Amino acid sequence: MNDQRIIIIRLAIVLIGLIFIIKLFSIQVLSDNYERAAEGNILQRIIEYPYRGLIYDRKGELLVVNNPMYDLMVVPKEVELKDTMEFCNLFGIDKETFILKYEETKNYSVIKPSVFIKQISNEDFAKIQDKLIEFKGFYISARSVRDYPHTSLANALGYVGEINKSQLDRDTTDFYRMGDYIGISGIESTYEIELRGKRGVKWKMVNVRGIEKGSFKNGQNDTLSVPGNDLISTIDLDIQQYAEKLLDGKVGSLVALEPSSGEILSIVSAPFYDPNMLSGRNFSKSFKQLSSDTLVPLFNRPIMAMYPPGSMFKVIQSLIALQEKVLKPNELIYSDGTLIGDLAPIGYYDVREAIQYSSNNYFYRVFRRIINQGKDPNPYIEARIGLAKWREYVTKFGLGVTPQVDLPNPKSGYVPTVEYYDRIYGQNRWKFSNIYSLCIGQGETLVTPLQMANLVAIIANRGYYYHPHIIKSIGDSGLPDSIYQMKNYVGIDSIHFIPVLEGMEDVIRAGSGRRAYLPDIAVVGKTSTVENPHGPDHSGFIAFAPKEEPKIAIAVYVENSGWGGRAAASIASLVMEKYLSGEVKRKWLEDYVIKGEFLY
Amino acid sequence: MTRDSNIINNLDWLIILIYGILVLTGWLNIYASVYEEGAGMNIFDVSLNSGKQFIWIASTIVIFIVIMSIDFKFYESISYIIYGLIITMLLLVLIFGSKVSGARSWFEIGSILKIQPSEFAKFATALAVAKFISQPNFRFGRITYLIPVSAMVIGPMLLIFLQPDPGTALIFTSFIVVFYREGLTPYVIIIGFILVLIFILTLFIDQLYIILGVGLFTAIAIGFAEKTFKKIAGILSIAVITIAITLSVDYFQTNILKPHHQTRLKVLINPNSDPLGDGWNVTQSKIAIGSGRMWGKGFLQGTQTKFDFVPEQSTDFIFCTLGEEQGWAGTSFVILLFIILIMRILYIAERQKSRFSRIYGYGVASIILFHFMINVGMTIGLFPVIGIPLPFFSYGGSSLWAFSILLFILLKLDAHRMQILIR
Repeated sequence: MNDQRIIIIRLAIVLIGLIFIIKLFSIQVLSDNYERAAEGNILQRIIEYPYRGLIYDRKGELLVVNNPMYDLMVVPKEVELKDTMEFCNLFGIDKETFILKYEETKNYSVIKPSVFIKQISNEDFAKIQDKLIEFKGFYISARSVRDYPHTSLANALGYVGEINKSQLDRDTTDFYRMGDYIGISGIESTYEIELRGKRGVKWKMVNVRGIEKGSFKNGQNDTLSVPGNDLISTIDLDIQQYAEKLLDGKVGSLVALEPSSGEILSIVSAPFYDPNMLSGRNFSKSFKQLSSDTLVPLFNRPIMAMYPPGSMFKVIQSLIALQEKVLKPNELIYSDGTLIGDLAPIGYYDVREAIQYSSNNYFYRVFRRIINQGKDPNPYIEARIGLAKWREYVTKFGLGVTPQVDLPNPKSGYVPTVEYYDRIYGQNRWKFSNIYSLCIGQGETLVTPLQMANLVAIIANRGYYYHPHIIKSIGDSGLPDSIYQMKNYVGIDSIHFIPVLEGMEDVIRAGSGRRAYLPDIAVVGKTSTVENPHGPDHSGFIAFAPKEEPKIAIAVYVENSGWGGRAAASIASLVMEKYLSGEVKRKWLEDYVIKGEFLY
Repeated sequence: MTRDSNIINNLDWLIILIYGILVLTGWLNIYASVYEEGAGMNIFDVSLNSGKQFIWIASTIVIFIVIMSIDFKFYESISYIIYGLIITMLLLVLIFGSKVSGARSWFEIGSILKIQPSEFAKFATALAVAKFISQPNFRFGRITYLIPVSAMVIGPMLLIFLQPDPGTALIFTSFIVVFYREGLTPYVIIIGFILVLIFILTLFIDQLYIILGVGLFTAIAIGFAEKTFKKIAGILSIAVITIAITLSVDYFQTNILKPHHQTRLKVLINPNSDPLGDGWNVTQSKIAIGSGRMWGKGFLQGTQTKFDFVPEQSTDFIFCTLGEEQGWAGTSFVILLFIILIMRILYIAERQKSRFSRIYGYGVASIILFHFMINVGMTIGLFPVIGIPLPFFSYGGSSLWAFSILLFILLKLDAHRMQILIR
């Protein structure tokens, strides 16, 4: 019996040895998890956040800067808190939040730092700085936050915010990490790649208390952070601020372009907000407030709001008719008020006068000539051919197509297609009489203020345009994106612009746009009163000046403000005066606009 | 065989060789665990653990010479005296001992010399137990022998438990192997095993399920057993005792076992249940060993142990340094050494003519085996975290001395095995 026991004891010992050797084989040789965990233990990845690129206005004034900001980091393994309440009071959080956050960070990692409190401002940081040493395991990590010294241009500049889950999933280049900031709207969004720079990564070896034990592999895997490219905007801050002052308290848009380059001098979306609201710690609160505002200040009206173009559309009709040779510049057309409602007196009109007096009946006839060119005896087929041709012209003016502007989500507006009417009336069941309201810019056509501003620029240039853009220089290149360096022709010979321009000049001199008249400068423009079924009409106006060598082209829409000749024309004129002569002499007009009582 | 009075020729040199390798490897690993790159360190620097260990190692030579020069019969004759002395010290240390990390286990004499009597209690108990069991009429079946021999082991165990040093106390359960070899019924071991199992189960499973499980098991056992009154009564009484134990475990847990002991058992199953405390130790220890892969990172190249991710690196977790720097090659080599050492001790024990020497040999083997099993098992997550050293390997003078004395006395007894007349 003892022999058996001796064997059992020895077998047990051999078994223990075998179990140990096999277990060790499995954790040391078979699994590489522990090796990776070991690297994870000692390697600390220090991210050096790059400075986001700055944004200047066209004269070198800073529009967007970076302000220092601090994240409070925590390494749970090292935390020794004597007095949690004191900590909570200092950082202004309650105990539940503290416990919740702490559990969250602990679940992430006990030895790796994670963000505990985000975006502590410089002032708050000064208050806590010397007390921080009492809270073991908590550290400060410097980041930066956007700051907008002039509080202007909110919607165009946009804002940055923490990257969300779906953006992270879409990031195929694997550039972003959870908690990174990304441009969410405006320039911040379209120029994200230029602005963001490149993160630097430093690998440190640390011991269990996070004390540095030197660089990893002599820093061969480290990279330096590269600051983002600075951008020079096309915006003229003086004009922008003046335009915002004029549009304050109103709902509408203003877009001013430099016709010779397509540069956006000013772009206003009213009502506007202070862009600093969406920067730093107040983001969520402000964002909630702004997005629940019934006037939707976050809606970037100049590129997103769509209106019927109204009478300004008559300018395009004239040009198409002249180019199509269905209208001669001096041809007089008798226009009575029988075909369509009209405010212009009955009589004979040529192109110039028809534009000056904005004769609806004249343009009814012109549009009919464009559509019905006698290509087919069947009026239904004739209308199809005519509309398709007409639409081709209109889209060349950038209408009904998505603008190539460097701002996010511009709307294309709408120019009805043949297929559209087919859907409504059925194929070959519509003709000119169904679509005539297009002649005066009412009906189905929709345009954005940006598209209208571009239209004026085309007229100012007598037939071509550059895609409107808001950034004129990226980094050290001194140049904008290449698509903004190309001329786009609209397919109208420059000679056809002469009568149109004269008519538009008369609009200012003696027509509905007299408020836009400037004594020393030849202003060319056209008013629009956009019918609005929901309330008072929208006031619209397009203009450029001076007539020769145009410097500024402008489109203004003011919602529910009645005639185009009042609100919109006054604002456009003041902005042009300010831009062209540096100061505004017509204080009475300025007061009139600021008071904003356009409907009397 | 002639009686050779020259002790050198009769010594078991294989054991001395393994002993030497273990002690030296341990010493190098102690240096590796305290080493800091670029600090211009010297392995002999006495301000380092490695330097101190060197002094301890050197002093074992003196111990060796002393033990070898004392008459071999002396050890058997003074067994009880040594045992009594140690028990006295264990009592005194509870009163006069100085507290180190919560346990009153050390005598501090002056500022340098620190002695841990519990380390020496192991060999003293081994001697006393050997002496007691080697009585000619000894039978485990007789209550007059069973009670004193059990008390002999449980006595020091209890005193050490009171320090409290449950890890060292646990080592005394190793005498079960000695008892088994000397004729104790295996049912004691089986019941003990069931006890431990139930105890661990109650930590994770609701008592009700365990009682239901025991009931089911009993029913099956009765179904298969011979239907005699004696058998059924036996099975039933075992069931009743098991259930009673299950119920009392709850009391034991809440009133005796400290929360940190409970977590240590729990993290064994799921290291993430206490990621900052004991779970941390287990996880980091496994990471350090696992990251060594096949051949290790090389001597002094370990990062996990050097950057303090592993706790108690030169004492209880010394095996991590070995695993990280020498890889599986190193760990399996050391495990092999331990297994050979223990087997060799058992072989030596069995060749003794005197019962005293044999039983003492088994005591030595069991104590080393349990230390080895618990310490290595703990570092690779097979055992709960119990702070006991790896014999010959871990840093610590008391521990090294105690193990050396334990082993050297056996060597001395073995060298004179031919001089014993069978009684």
